Amino acid sequence: MVAANDQQAAAYAALRPDLQAVADLTPAGAKVLDLGCGDGALLAYLVRHKQARGRGIELSEAGVMACVGRGLSVRQGHLQEGLADYPANSFDVVILSQTLPFLDDPAAILAEMLRVGKSALVSFPNWGYWRCRLELLLTGRVPLAPDLPQHWYDAPRWQAVSITDFAGFCQQVGIAITREIYLNRGRRARIIKVKNLLATTAVFRLEKATQARKM
Amino acid sequence: MFPSNSVGLVQTQTFTFAQDEPFALESGATLSPVTLAYEAYGRLNADRSNAILVCHALSGGAHAAGYLTPDDAQPGWWDDCIGPGKAFDTDRYFVLCSNVLGSCYGSSGPGSVDLATGQRYGLHFPVVTIGDMVRAQVRLLDHLGIDRLLAVAGGSMGGMQVLEWAAHHSQRVRAAIPIATTARHSPMLIAFSEVGRQAIYADPAWNQGDYYSNGRRPDAGLSVARMVGHITYLSEQSMHEKFGRRLQGRERYGYEFQTEFEIESYLKHNGDKFTRRFDANSYLYVTKALDYFDPAGQHGGSLAAAFEHAADTAFLVISFTSDWLYPSYHSKELVRALTAAGCDVTYLDIESSWGHDAFLVEVETMTRLLGSFLERVRGEV
Repeated sequence: MVAANDQQAAAYAALRPDLQAVADLTPAGAKVLDLGCGDGALLAYLVRHKQARGRGIELSEAGVMACVGRGLSVRQGHLQEGLADYPANSFDVVILSQTLPFLDDPAAILAEMLRVGKSALVSFPNWGYWRCRLELLLTGRVPLAPDLPQHWYDAPRWQAVSITDFAGFCQQVGIAITREIYLNRGRRARIIKVKNLLATTAVFRLEKATQARKM
Repeated sequence: MFPSNSVGLVQTQTFTFAQDEPFALESGATLSPVTLAYEAYGRLNADRSNAILVCHALSGGAHAAGYLTPDDAQPGWWDDCIGPGKAFDTDRYFVLCSNVLGSCYGSSGPGSVDLATGQRYGLHFPVVTIGDMVRAQVRLLDHLGIDRLLAVAGGSMGGMQVLEWAAHHSQRVRAAIPIATTARHSPMLIAFSEVGRQAIYADPAWNQGDYYSNGRRPDAGLSVARMVGHITYLSEQSMHEKFGRRLQGRERYGYEFQTEFEIESYLKHNGDKFTRRFDANSYLYVTKALDYFDPAGQHGGSLAAAFEHAADTAFLVISFTSDWLYPSYHSKELVRALTAAGCDVTYLDIESSWGHDAFLVEVETMTRLLGSFLERVRGEV
């Protein structure tokens, strides 16, 4: 039992900090869909250590190969077309980690996530972080996202979003943020008040506002 | 004598059933008796839970791996994937392959002798479907005492059999691996089949399918049918790479109607070679089965409905980017339907320039993919 716990602790420690937060917010035994699951590190952790029933959607062949290598069930494809195939409420949790800035149609994807899943877990980098603001002010260059390496020219789509932007959007379309975890350069930060200034990454649990009120 | 990762010397066996009670076919006709040729590799474990059925494509047979004689130059058709340490690892799995009904490699087909007349069936052989082929395989499994397959796998027409297994016999299949296949022939695909059949009909030696005792076989027709088929198995890119516009054994155009381009010579060679190993009537029967296959059509047009009982079957769907016979979007449509039916689906569109034939060629990627997937489903049994 101790060995199993050690194994879990090691697997947890190996996860990217925002994925640790996502794992914390995923209930044990949940049915999980991970969008853009990459090499499957998070999904494998959830399946092995949180008894999740995991599924993934991933665009790259290398990612799908890695996931199958880990014994995961993953479909190759675009998120939009992949999501459309699932009946409503097929999953307890739909995950979108550090992918928001690269989506063609974020509003549609978020709506689909909350159709297919009872809740969504979203992590994204915060361009409202004070260093980003300062960099734009002082150098006139649009800053990189705090926790993402890509430049604007590296990806087909790259939209800069801050926590305030995202929260405002959620309110506008009737999405409730029911849990929030903030990271500052990889560490958990208790900064509810000045989060848009101090957080480098936000991890939110989202639900449909009507559903959240009932709970 | 043989490579160390070969299953070595193998023997094709036969199983005959329906001697007393005729085998009922989808068309309403019956067949009696029915013989299936099959081969088996590896060892069936004590609880009979490690069996994998491999299904062959249009022109394949039961001889999927190993060698039939000590000096056999060619191993079975999927030898790259079946053997110790290969994708279908015979150190772990008991791998079976049987020749489909209607074919000409030892199973009952138009070239078999009709016991009622003492003559070969020819066109008196009843038309068979993919469903019939699979129900005959079910009888073989019953005979071998295998209740549930760990997996059923196959490319092209083999993939159709996989889908038929999953749609109609899902309780006997833990995992289904349809590769480079389609859930129904589009009109264009039926058209290609029909051109092949018309080439055979047009050969005077075909004689309404009654040629077995004539000493003349419809080789010209069958050869053209194979050439048309072969074009659809390649891709424009692979033809470019393999042949380009190069001429065969000459420097400049001859301005005459001889085989001049390398591609012409290659097709002719393959067409001729095919006539030495395949029966023209079987070509008609098997292509007809391909054209009839339509699980969605059997379920009010809904492909998802065809798989509604397969929610406990794990699927690994594989397509290839340059396959234009059964293009990736056929597999994607299948994946969508399986997802909607609540099935556990893994899907990959493998980057390849080899066209439809990629499923026989992209061994390294397939080995990794199949190996991991089978390992998972074996662990879950």
